[in-house]
Amino acid sequence: MRLVVPLQGVAQGRGGLLLGSLIPCALFYFLQLYLKRRRSPSDPPPPSTSSSNQPGMTRHSSLSNLLSRGPLRISSLATSIAKPDDSPYYIGLDKASEDPYHRIANPDGVIQLGLSENRLCFDLIEKWTSENLRDWVMGREGGDLSISGIATYQPSDGTMKLKMAMAGFMSRVIGRDVSYEPSQMVLTAGVTPAIETLCFCLADHGNAFLVPTPYYPRDMKWRTGVELIPVHCRSKDDFVLSISALDQAFNQTRKRETKIRGILLSNPANPVGNLLSREMLEALLKFAEEKNIHIISDEIFAGSIYGDKEFVSIAEVVGSEDFDKNRVHIVYGLSKDLFLPGVRVGMIYSFNENVLAAARKLTRFSSVSAPTQRLLVSMLSDTRFIVEYIQTNKKRIRDMRDLFVAGLEELGIKCTDSRSSLYCWADMRNLIPTYGEKGELEVWEKLLNVGKINLTPGSACHCIEPGWFRCCFTTLDKEDVHVVMERIRKVVGSRTSCG
Amino acid sequence: MAIEIEQPRVGLSKVAVSKTHGEDSPYFAGWKAYDENPYHETSNQSGVIQMGLAENQVSFDLLEKYLEEHSEASSWGKGAPGFRENALFQDYHGLKSFRQAMANFMEQIRGGRAKFDPDRIVLTAGATAANELLTFILADPGDALLIPTPYYPGFDRDLRWRTGVNIVPIHCDSSNNFQITPEAMEAAYQSAESMNLKVRGILITNPSNPLGATIQRSALEQILDFAVNKNMHLVSDEIYSGSTFSSSEFISIAEILETRGYKDAERVHIVYSLSKDLGLPGFRVGTIYSYNDQVVTTARRMSSFTLISSQTQHLLACMLSNKEFSENYIKTNRERLSKRYDMIIKGLKKAGIECLKGNAGLFCWMNLSPLLEKPTRESELALWKVILNEVKLNISPGSSCHCSEPGWFRSLKVTNFCTADHELSSKERDHLERSRKKIKEVDGSGSSSRILLFSLQFLQTCFEVQFRWKKMSRTLILRWMKVIVEMSRYLRYRLTKSGRVNSGSLGEKH
Repeated sequence: MRLVVPLQGVAQGRGGLLLGSLIPCALFYFLQLYLKRRRSPSDPPPPSTSSSNQPGMTRHSSLSNLLSRGPLRISSLATSIAKPDDSPYYIGLDKASEDPYHRIANPDGVIQLGLSENRLCFDLIEKWTSENLRDWVMGREGGDLSISGIATYQPSDGTMKLKMAMAGFMSRVIGRDVSYEPSQMVLTAGVTPAIETLCFCLADHGNAFLVPTPYYPRDMKWRTGVELIPVHCRSKDDFVLSISALDQAFNQTRKRETKIRGILLSNPANPVGNLLSREMLEALLKFAEEKNIHIISDEIFAGSIYGDKEFVSIAEVVGSEDFDKNRVHIVYGLSKDLFLPGVRVGMIYSFNENVLAAARKLTRFSSVSAPTQRLLVSMLSDTRFIVEYIQTNKKRIRDMRDLFVAGLEELGIKCTDSRSSLYCWADMRNLIPTYGEKGELEVWEKLLNVGKINLTPGSACHCIEPGWFRCCFTTLDKEDVHVVMERIRKVVGSRTSCG
Repeated sequence: MAIEIEQPRVGLSKVAVSKTHGEDSPYFAGWKAYDENPYHETSNQSGVIQMGLAENQVSFDLLEKYLEEHSEASSWGKGAPGFRENALFQDYHGLKSFRQAMANFMEQIRGGRAKFDPDRIVLTAGATAANELLTFILADPGDALLIPTPYYPGFDRDLRWRTGVNIVPIHCDSSNNFQITPEAMEAAYQSAESMNLKVRGILITNPSNPLGATIQRSALEQILDFAVNKNMHLVSDEIYSGSTFSSSEFISIAEILETRGYKDAERVHIVYSLSKDLGLPGFRVGTIYSYNDQVVTTARRMSSFTLISSQTQHLLACMLSNKEFSENYIKTNRERLSKRYDMIIKGLKKAGIECLKGNAGLFCWMNLSPLLEKPTRESELALWKVILNEVKLNISPGSSCHCSEPGWFRSLKVTNFCTADHELSSKERDHLERSRKKIKEVDGSGSSSRILLFSLQFLQTCFEVQFRWKKMSRTLILRWMKVIVEMSRYLRYRLTKSGRVNSGSLGEKH
């Protein structure tokens, strides 16, 4: 009443002039205060700094942003990934790709021995594609050339035709009486998404997998949150995995209250090249049953075996004995055995229906491109070509390895005796200045910057013993081998002369 | 003899067993019905017609013509130009020629009103993977993204399943044609805050799926201002940008940034894909275009989990760098989609169905609320079931798109049978006619209760006139007629369902 009456008085020209003018002013003042207070935490006065008006994409006004409203945030996951990568594996790869070696065009470039590619049979692939790839994009659907067969949505886990072709190829490559069931396959865009998908299916955030070292420098932790716990293997055992080491690692991790969900093997091993024997596989299966965990077997190099030892796939062992099939999952890919560069085809092969169902749904995030599927179906169904390719490939890898290892032995560097995969695991322990990771990285750096050779140091592969290096020899031509040896001798020779 | 011990079953992860993949929703149930009983012009005319899967097949002939005339795009053997260089370069940066071609294509779609830098393009296997990757980068598990409703049902899976991020809807309604307003955005933001969720970004689809309409310039400015005010990211999913009916009607967020001199650009990210504009969803080609260097670096590294094969990149690079082809394709695709849209709208109007005025995309956003018994979600789902099972059309109900108003349905403009002259085929017209009749007649779900109601009313009137038939009141007669009509309708419904009466239904073979 007190409020209204004076206002009324003002309006009617009667008394209350003082109050009638004071009260609205006071109200107005409080309103301003309220608005100002409300605005200030979220929106300070806009920055008067001028932002550059160039049409280019240079970073604009980030400083003014920082001053005015705090930095624009990305997730903590992205922040950790965005940091410049200081792993020697990636630094070496980058350097080699910036300045690649070419015998004629760039003889002083960096020779790439750290990227696992098998270029020895590239000419066979080239020949086949030039002869056979007519109308491969436009298939013949009902007599007319049509793109609709591959343009429309395909099943996200791969077409049945490709699965059947892959099953046939795998049986041929492994060369034994194992048959693979197409309905138990799930195809993904490469082996990396295949392993990531399996991690998503088998483990929650914060769980762990046991991995025998040394292993391929992969990191599954980014999106899955799954840790890789190393199980160290030593040279005195020829880097062969032992159950006691596994058990020890399992118990130690359990003490830290981290749940172990499975073992992640590679067979043949990357980088050492060991094959797991039948007895070892049976022991691993028993261990997994005892601890109630999964086994993921990465058999991507199954087609690159050229020695006398026979490759035994875990699928064979599981099939023959009375083991629980539900815990075994196999990962395979085409990029090592069939060098079609950039073809992104990986495969999950599992006996567990629930895992297959979940993985199928997850493949919509990483499906194989339909034209690639069609190309591969026609290539893998050409049995004559595939048989010839596999035989020639094995022979060429064997010859190249013998040449390379002989060259290294002349320099006094021994390699482990493995007749599978595309690498040599070279022992340079007597060449490193100090026994430790630092010494190893010194040698690596010298080889990269002075010798212009990119090898992968053992520390990047989490090897517990310093001084081992991984060399992939299948990217070389025969003529380049002596160039590599010369360069190593220059670096090694200069070390021994002043060391 | 070994004693059988029950082994504990080996467990799977939470991701594997969760239902966030959303494949139990009506959106996907309709697809399953189609997969089990697909329509075919000659061999299965009683099958389900797929009008819920967005595939653009109107312009396949242009693609095929290009591939026939330019065999070097698909040639991949010795002597093919650039084979060796392309073949041996296969890291996650992607082929430079392909990224250049994509940047040019995106510029052409926007009529040259925005520029794109090929080094800011990150390649992923499809827009699904691109959206998920951006979510991983911009938000932590437990954070939230704001998305205006109605939205593509797949977002519930793509953005939430593995990332652990929540979606908070920005409710839009038909009063202003489902345009996004600052009030709605603020309300959604407040609701997220009240649930203690940190909002990290806002994701818009422009042109919108399922509305089939572009977002206006003023609304885009407001959305960008909102993102700047709240210090969050803005993701613009522009996968239908090449499917607008005219180039001038589509305003991209890139254009807004250009007019503002790229101020605040580092919070904007664009997702694009060739699955809808080129009609090549099987190729699995998606891109993230970001103005933020950190996001580009991170996305590129994480894209190693979802790469495009080099053969596909090479093929599409050849195709898209051919300026003549790409300009002609964009123009023709737009014309054909526009023509299709007009035909569908006319046909639906004749059937008495109103649609939202659209200018893009592959959809019609139809208003079937007059056909609902009650304006509730349950009766919308009941109507959807009738349309799927009786009329055999798979269209998506608005509730699966999280629309706040019941009665809206999404239907495709481009079905998977298109005749050579791209006219709405007579079959489609027949189906629409029959569907109109069917929807009006065959609403058997509430019939029995209505019969009961009308009978009771009739009896009540009888009592009122105290069974003095001479005093037949008008009300009595009307109520009696109502009962009879309803009973005959119900009877007819039951008989047509069991197939004894020939009502020209889709059960017939022609």
